[in-house]
Formats: sequence, structure tokens, C-alpha cells
Amino acid sequence: MDITIRKENSAAVLSLSGRMDAVNAPDFDKHISELLVEGQKKVLIELSGLQYVSSAGLRSFLSAAKQLKAASGAIAFAALQDTVLKVFQMSGFNTIFTVYPTAEEALKSF
Amino acid sequence: MATIVEIKLPATLGRLAEFMNVVTSSAVSQGFTPDRISEIELATEEALVNIMNYAYEGNSGDLQMIISTDASGNMRIELIDKGVPFDSTAVAEPDLEAELDDRNVGGLGVFFIKQLMDDITYSRQDDMNILRYTAYKERPQL
Repeated sequence: MDITIRKENSAAVLSLSGRMDAVNAPDFDKHISELLVEGQKKVLIELSGLQYVSSAGLRSFLSAAKQLKAASGAIAFAALQDTVLKVFQMSGFNTIFTVYPTAEEALKSF
Repeated sequence: MATIVEIKLPATLGRLAEFMNVVTSSAVSQGFTPDRISEIELATEEALVNIMNYAYEGNSGDLQMIISTDASGNMRIELIDKGVPFDSTAVAEPDLEAELDDRNVGGLGVFFIKQLMDDITYSRQDDMNILRYTAYKERPQL
């Protein structure tokens, strides 16, 4: 999995690509921790390049959402591929997270 | 069912990719669709990671994977460890409707296996945990 970070106005956009599994999910956790230390409150997870996610990835997403909420921040998800969307739907994550078709729409929500 | 591949490696996350490569190439060679291959990968990562994280309680031990197929191209995956007795098929279903604050991911991996695979069985034989499940080529619609 590759992770790139860019700043859009007041939000941090994390673009994930490749495959997110039990081995590399902690890389994502590390990026979130750093953003929280910087005081970042708005985080958009952009998944157009992510082809696969397992429950380890979902655990990381959930942990990020809880930490941001505790910091009075917000998290949103955008541009899920079908395979990842199916995993979100199967686990009910599409109901606890805000999922947008595109990053642009997600950024407007912040 | 005839065995097409069998591997045995230490049960650690560092070896996950090697197990997954075998699963993926087996599913590809059996002609599963890309969607079905993703499902097989997801169920198998969950099953493997459970064993890697919990079976040996921090000690080292092996994990054996046996993949078999039948004439219809259905694929059975068998995972064997010698860790503490653990019936993953008996894990309680996660609460899929809890709000964010009450959500946790415990049990989600096993839930995925049950949702995506068929004929899931657990048995304890001598000192071994044996988890088996089958990916059908043509899955009956739920």
C-alpha cells in the first residue's frame, strides 16, 4: 500500500493505493497519529487507488475516526472502488462513516 | 477433493504475503472471477491473521495450509495449527449497527469468512486446530 498526503484548504487528504492488509495497516495508523499531533482536525481518506482492504484496515479506519472525534475533528471517505465498497457494506461501515463519490464532494462537506 | 498445493511456514504476520501468494495463484489457476478471487483473499487473510495473532500466544509455531480442488473447480482451503484450542467458527457476530463510539472490529474477520465462504468447519484433532472452508465456483445466492 502507498500513502500520499496533501493539504487542501484546512483538510489533510490521505490517498491510499494498492492493498491494505494486516501487515501494512499500521503504516496508516502512523500517518494519522502524526496528523493528530500536528493538530489536524479534518481528514479525508481518498481510496480511488485502493483495491483491497481487510478487517485490519477497517480497524485502522475506525481507530482514526474515534481519535478524530475525540479531538473534535472529522473524517470522511471518498472514491471507493467496488471491492472496497463491498467490504464497507458487509461490515456496516458505510453507515457509520460518511462516504462520498469523489474527493471534491467530500472536501465541500468539511 | 485433490490437493493442489500445500505449504507450512511459521505462523507470523511476516509470512502472510507468502501464504496469500499461494492462495491467489491457486484461485487464478482455477479460473475464479476477479470478484470471487477478492473474496477468497479476504476470507483467507482473516483466517490466517487470526491464527498468526492468537494461536501460539506469543510463542512460535507453524501454520500449514492445504488447498484442494474438485472436478468442478471448487476450492477448499484447510488451515492447521498446533496452538491453543480455538474454534473461530464459534466467535460471536459483531454488532453491525452500533454507532461509532460503540463500534469495534472484534469478530469482523470471522464474520467475513462466514459471509463469503461455504462449508466452514472447525475440528480439534489431537493437538491440532483444523479450520476448513470451501469457495464454490458457482455460489448459491443467499
